[in-house]
Amino acid sequence: MTIIATQSLTKTYGGGVTALSELTVDVEAGVIGLVGANGAGKSTFIKIMLGLTAPTSGDVRVFGLDPVTETDQVRARVGYMPENDCLPPDVSAAEFVTHLGRLSGLPRTAARERASEALRHVGLYEERYRQIGGYSTGMKQRVKLAQALVHDPDLLLLDEPTNGLDPAGRDAMLNLVHRIGNEFGISVVVCSHLLGEVERICDSLIAIEGGRLLRADRISAMTAASDVLAVEVSEGTDELAEALAQLQLTVSREGRLLLVPLSAESDYDAVVRAVAELDLPLHRLDQRRHRVAELFTAKEKADV
Amino acid sequence: MSDAGVIHDIGYQRYEGPRLGRTAVFGAIYQHGLRASFGLGRSAKAKIFPWLVAGIVLLVAVINAAVKAQANIVLFDYFSFDDTMSWLVIFFVAIVAPELVSRDMRSGVLPLYFSRPLRAFDYIGAKFAALATAVFLLLGVPQLIMFLGGAFTTKKGASGVWNEFLDLLPGWGYSVLWAVLFASISLLVASITGKRAFAAGGIVAVFLMTTPVVGVLSILPSSTSQHLAGLASPMSLLAGVQGWLRGQNSMDLDIGDFGVIYGIELFCLVAAAMLLLLARYRKVASL
Repeated sequence: MTIIATQSLTKTYGGGVTALSELTVDVEAGVIGLVGANGAGKSTFIKIMLGLTAPTSGDVRVFGLDPVTETDQVRARVGYMPENDCLPPDVSAAEFVTHLGRLSGLPRTAARERASEALRHVGLYEERYRQIGGYSTGMKQRVKLAQALVHDPDLLLLDEPTNGLDPAGRDAMLNLVHRIGNEFGISVVVCSHLLGEVERICDSLIAIEGGRLLRADRISAMTAASDVLAVEVSEGTDELAEALAQLQLTVSREGRLLLVPLSAESDYDAVVRAVAELDLPLHRLDQRRHRVAELFTAKEKADV
Repeated sequence: MSDAGVIHDIGYQRYEGPRLGRTAVFGAIYQHGLRASFGLGRSAKAKIFPWLVAGIVLLVAVINAAVKAQANIVLFDYFSFDDTMSWLVIFFVAIVAPELVSRDMRSGVLPLYFSRPLRAFDYIGAKFAALATAVFLLLGVPQLIMFLGGAFTTKKGASGVWNEFLDLLPGWGYSVLWAVLFASISLLVASITGKRAFAAGGIVAVFLMTTPVVGVLSILPSSTSQHLAGLASPMSLLAGVQGWLRGQNSMDLDIGDFGVIYGIELFCLVAAAMLLLLARYRKVASL
């Protein structure tokens, strides 16, 4: 099922800044990663989907509805978690989420029930009667997620949900997002500039840069081609590069590192064997956590 | 943070119940704002000031009613009560208006509001209605107490009560004008900044700085300038409107034949403040 469809969507701000240009993409239900560097147009895309700002040209449909003209229907079915701090410090989470539930059109008692449900699902239960000002960053992120869930949307738009979290909190948040996408039956768009964390939980990925669509694909198709092994030896880098080239591996250099794209599983062993045979002092051998930037540079080279 | 390892597995329930429209959302913001005006649902600290002001105003009303009943001395009538309480009303809106709008701006909660099915108009309309109601309650409830005091001690039976009630109604009407004007101006000032202290200072400044202007204009030798002097400050503007509608006013303001100008200015001031607020929040709502 297609939940978001855009047709050459373009947004130009006054002053000639192009935030989105000719973006055409069809998004299937599921957990979707929206990746791009800062300023790539992710937030603008979200604002357009929420009907907060109208596109300059082109067309966008969310659940087949036009956010510009059918704003209220779209917003009733979409939950939004902004990137920035957006919680008042002097109310309790339960009261805050209840209030926002009512603003989404839930009757009072329903709002209260759904608020405690949503807070329970994000893992806040006993703490929900405490004032938000006393919460840790991780708890605040959970409250932000709960307020997006309170009106039972069909689509969640999460802008950098792991912002400011420690590794454990990051994992917990990602697991939660994964659960929402797979067990709750709610589609999720996760904005991030960290491909590494998005690829763990997403079914598909949309990569944008400078407002242009870079790639939109299933996650499996996208990461297979971009796995890279970084090898560093303290001497004999040239010899190793030569040896690897003879093994039909494409080797590129980055400073003192050799980067070897892994196209098959045996490649990893082949690299290790080559190092052993040349008897080189191995410093580092690591399978790269991809950052979006790398994906982008790889793609741009291919374009040239 | 609760332990991520704890399994809460009652499963996710979809919501099948009704989803109400914008009217209900307006009502929710209004109710929330009215409660917040008096610090209800907030910390004890947030309750201190509104209730302090309300307490003083109530006390004055009670004393007024008691003095009138015992000694038959009228300290204030329903109109001069509002004028006399003007300082307290100013302080009240200076605290409450920032509480209603600056706070939302400061905490960045507005994106959460405006990503829901409501518009800038709903938001600002509900906040305005909430503050105006709060100011009206601040003045109207003490007036009611004064009325009760007068009604229970009247020596003329039912007709005395009725006469007292006929005095109360225009007094309430005057309080409504106070509520509308003070709510619109103070919300406009408060919406400029997210810093509560600046907003409160700004509101007090706007209301108090204008009073000396009235003083200066009213001693100018031109009678026109004396008649129009009251236009310069919200408090004397309201007294002027009272003079226009009632033929006399409780501030001894001489408005000559210019009463209608006071009425027009009141209307324009409120309308302009609301339009500016709307324009401001249109911009904020698009994030």
